[in-house]
Amino acid sequence: MSSASAPVLQVTDLTVEYATDGPGVRAVDGVNLQVHKGEFVGVVGESGCGKSTMLFAIAQLLSPPAAITDGSVVFNGQNLVTMTEKQLNVLRWRDYSVVMQSAMNALSPVSNIGAQFKDALEAHGSFNKREITERSTEVLALVGIDRIHLKSYPHQLSGGMRQRAMIAMALLFTPELVIMDEPTSALDVVAQRSLMVQIRELQRTLGFAVVFVTHDMSLVSHFSDQLLVMYAGQVVEAGPTRTVFDRPAHPYSRGLLDAFPSIRGPRVRLTGIPGSPPDLGRPPTGCRFHERCSVAMEECSTTVPDLYPVGDVASRCLLHRPAEVTA
Amino acid sequence: MRYVVRRLGFFLITLWAALTLNFFIPRFMPGSPLDALRVRTKDKLSPAALQEMLTSFGFKPNQNIFVQYWDYLGNMVTGKWGISIGGTLGQPVSEIVLHALPWTVGLVGVVTVIAFLIGSLVGVVAGWRRGGKLDSILPPIFVVTSALPYFWVGLILILVFSVWTNGFLPSDFNYDNSLQPSFTWPFIGSVLQHAILPGATILITSVGGWILTMRNNMITTLAEDYVRMGRAKGLSGWRVMTTYAGRNAFLPNLSGFAMSLGFVISGSILVEYVFNYPGLGYLLYNAVANTDYPVMQVLFMLFTVAVLVALILCDFAIAWLDPRARTKG
Amino acid sequence: MTALLVAGAGTDAADEPRRRRGGLLSSILHSRKALVGFFIFFVFTVAAIVPQLFTSVKDPNALQFTPALPPSGDHLLGTTALGQDIWAQLIYGTRESLIIAVVAGLFATVLSVLVGVSSAYLGGIADDVLSMITNIFLVIPTFPLIIIFATYAGKGTLLVVLIVLVVTGWSYGANQLRAQTLSLRNRDFLESARVRGERRSYIIVAEVLPTMISLIVANFLGAALYSVLTAAGLQFLGLGNPNSISWGTMLYWSQNQQALQTGMPLWSIAPGLCVALLGTSFALMNYAFDEISNPALRPVRRRRVKRKRTSPAGH
Repeated sequence: MSSASAPVLQVTDLTVEYATDGPGVRAVDGVNLQVHKGEFVGVVGESGCGKSTMLFAIAQLLSPPAAITDGSVVFNGQNLVTMTEKQLNVLRWRDYSVVMQSAMNALSPVSNIGAQFKDALEAHGSFNKREITERSTEVLALVGIDRIHLKSYPHQLSGGMRQRAMIAMALLFTPELVIMDEPTSALDVVAQRSLMVQIRELQRTLGFAVVFVTHDMSLVSHFSDQLLVMYAGQVVEAGPTRTVFDRPAHPYSRGLLDAFPSIRGPRVRLTGIPGSPPDLGRPPTGCRFHERCSVAMEECSTTVPDLYPVGDVASRCLLHRPAEVTA
Repeated sequence: MRYVVRRLGFFLITLWAALTLNFFIPRFMPGSPLDALRVRTKDKLSPAALQEMLTSFGFKPNQNIFVQYWDYLGNMVTGKWGISIGGTLGQPVSEIVLHALPWTVGLVGVVTVIAFLIGSLVGVVAGWRRGGKLDSILPPIFVVTSALPYFWVGLILILVFSVWTNGFLPSDFNYDNSLQPSFTWPFIGSVLQHAILPGATILITSVGGWILTMRNNMITTLAEDYVRMGRAKGLSGWRVMTTYAGRNAFLPNLSGFAMSLGFVISGSILVEYVFNYPGLGYLLYNAVANTDYPVMQVLFMLFTVAVLVALILCDFAIAWLDPRARTKG
Repeated sequence: MTALLVAGAGTDAADEPRRRRGGLLSSILHSRKALVGFFIFFVFTVAAIVPQLFTSVKDPNALQFTPALPPSGDHLLGTTALGQDIWAQLIYGTRESLIIAVVAGLFATVLSVLVGVSSAYLGGIADDVLSMITNIFLVIPTFPLIIIFATYAGKGTLLVVLIVLVVTGWSYGANQLRAQTLSLRNRDFLESARVRGERRSYIIVAEVLPTMISLIVANFLGAALYSVLTAAGLQFLGLGNPNSISWGTMLYWSQNQQALQTGMPLWSIAPGLCVALLGTSFALMNYAFDEISNPALRPVRRRRVKRKRTSPAGH
């Protein structure tokens, strides 16, 4: 899966805090992530687990009161966290781009599609009118939208078209990495799948890597190479999608998968995960999942687990702690 | 198209409501203003003039009230506004009113628009630079300035800049009375000089409100995804602030501006009164003080028309700026 | 004149039902603006209820002192051109101004709520008609209307002033409340009430209104502000009762007697300042309420969140 070449994106120990009147809230706690060229990395978790925050932190798009307080985001050898806005603006869109959840909200309602493509192009070089129109038409064609829509306003397009237009916009400079924050959540099931298929195809043709955040585990698992499961701001399981999906190691991932019925398998009673995600302002002691875990042990409430290797995945559970430590 | 028709309908109905109110109020008040009218003008006006005035006013006591009403509406709309019976006795109302009109439009109109634009610009920047030192001091100051009564600010300005400085800035009228109106520099200079204090009054009291609402709009807009997207594309801060955030935050402000024009007019009346500035507001006050009904009627109609015209202009501006508004039903 | 402060655009984002009542009180206590506003209002209220605490003069309107005295120990702000103690007039005048603000504000708000909420909730023709009426009242320049009305009605008594204030001041709030109700109309918690079979009136009173308390309070403050300023303006022009004791009438008489030009500036400035202060207290409380109901507007304290520089791959 991972080629021997250096990863396009290397996130190490990333921590994001929200400044509040009291002690800050840690929305993202020591996350590690690696993305190689052309790889599709899926990140799944419940609402509020910090996945979107992490994504925006990687893209350096956080706004106060959120801020990165620790860790590094190394993109093609450069640490984005220490760069200034001016330096970042050179890289943005050209080397990595962002696709957001709702195109209706992500596209400015007062400008037409063409204008929004244009200002992204103009921010990174001087192009004449013809070149701009040509490139814009090209990317729209990639997602199957007619060039006539360059003159359309966001509200004039259908939901699916808008999302595709946003993806087209993200590909204007054929970046190496496209970060996507739940781009399918606002669509119906059919449109979801068709969008995913399109993304995967574009990936194969153009060769960019994708980090894809969603709460829909079953959807992303059909398309991703790597899968990360997040809970309460931490990565609790990470590894090749097939392994994580077929043989989840962490109790939380197992719980997530048990919540989805299988279309072809035997009829099984659905079990959810009792309780609700913890308040990140006062996280539980020890393992953050222990209060809802069906196989929790005594020390789960006192000892904080690290990510331990289990086969070709990693799991943040004391169950998988290497034997030497307990001896 | 349907939207335009609906709006026009609204305007016409509003105008009609205003005129109707103006017609019926005196008729339901105790006493007969008419008799007072006749008594006042008995010696000064010829019977024919009296009759003409009564007609314009809509008073034909012998006639059916609906006929009177109809005549009144017709007269108002076609400009048959009759003659003044107050301090400017005998003069045609249209003359008096049209003479005062440019002064009000020039002073109040221009300053209000300027205050709105300045306020919006400052508000955009204030919202953008939120949390800085400037942002924690300025809003409370503007909260205070926008709660100050117009006329009181005018009085203070007169006190400080006119009385205490022995007339450095004039506090009365719209130009030096010894000059003749003409397009010469001395005259224009005098006009501008006389406009400073009243203009400053309007500016001080109204700009605060615009800054605050724009700032609040801006803050709400900055939380929108498309602003983040603008940043994500690598656009400069300035561009994101103006093209993405500013343009979107400005729209509700514009609607708010349109809605508040009624209040702007109220303020202008007081300002003109305090500064003896012979615009429409001053005219209204004098008409009221002298029970000059014909002038009062016409002025009320004009004020309403002014607000409606401004509303129409704002509607056009909004449609031009916001593509979503163009498609609304 | 400045009704722009009635919970501006911020309320568009106040979407979720805010049921944190205890939280409301503590938010108020934490907001400096709200506290200053409340304090000023409190001081005025005390002055209105027990004026005797502040001045020994029994009848402020009586022409009992030497005219045009400058401020001194006996007369804190001097005397008027007619021989009245300015400070005493100011104190006793508080009562009328406060009454106008609160009563007119209250009734105007009640009317706004009735029209705005019903119009949005009932929808259809009722909505069209009611919002048309609202917009007409909003657009018609009310001050000229008030002036004309007051003239025809003879010199206004307090009741007349109150009536015109309510009639002209309700429309702005009605528009806002209608917009807010419209946005709430299809929310789930209302849908569940409908499904339970509750009567429309019950839904409006017990479910919709509590959600909009902060907007309604903001409206009240805005209406109170509007009433104070407009009443003062009316009285200043001489359309109030010239014999009443209020700040507006003080302004009328001081203007009448050319106070500024004849060296008695305090006679004009003091009552105007009081109007400004009362208005400011409402505006401050209003602004604070805006921040409370829309958390996005709260002051962001820029704290430097310390960033630790660790080496990459540090575990």
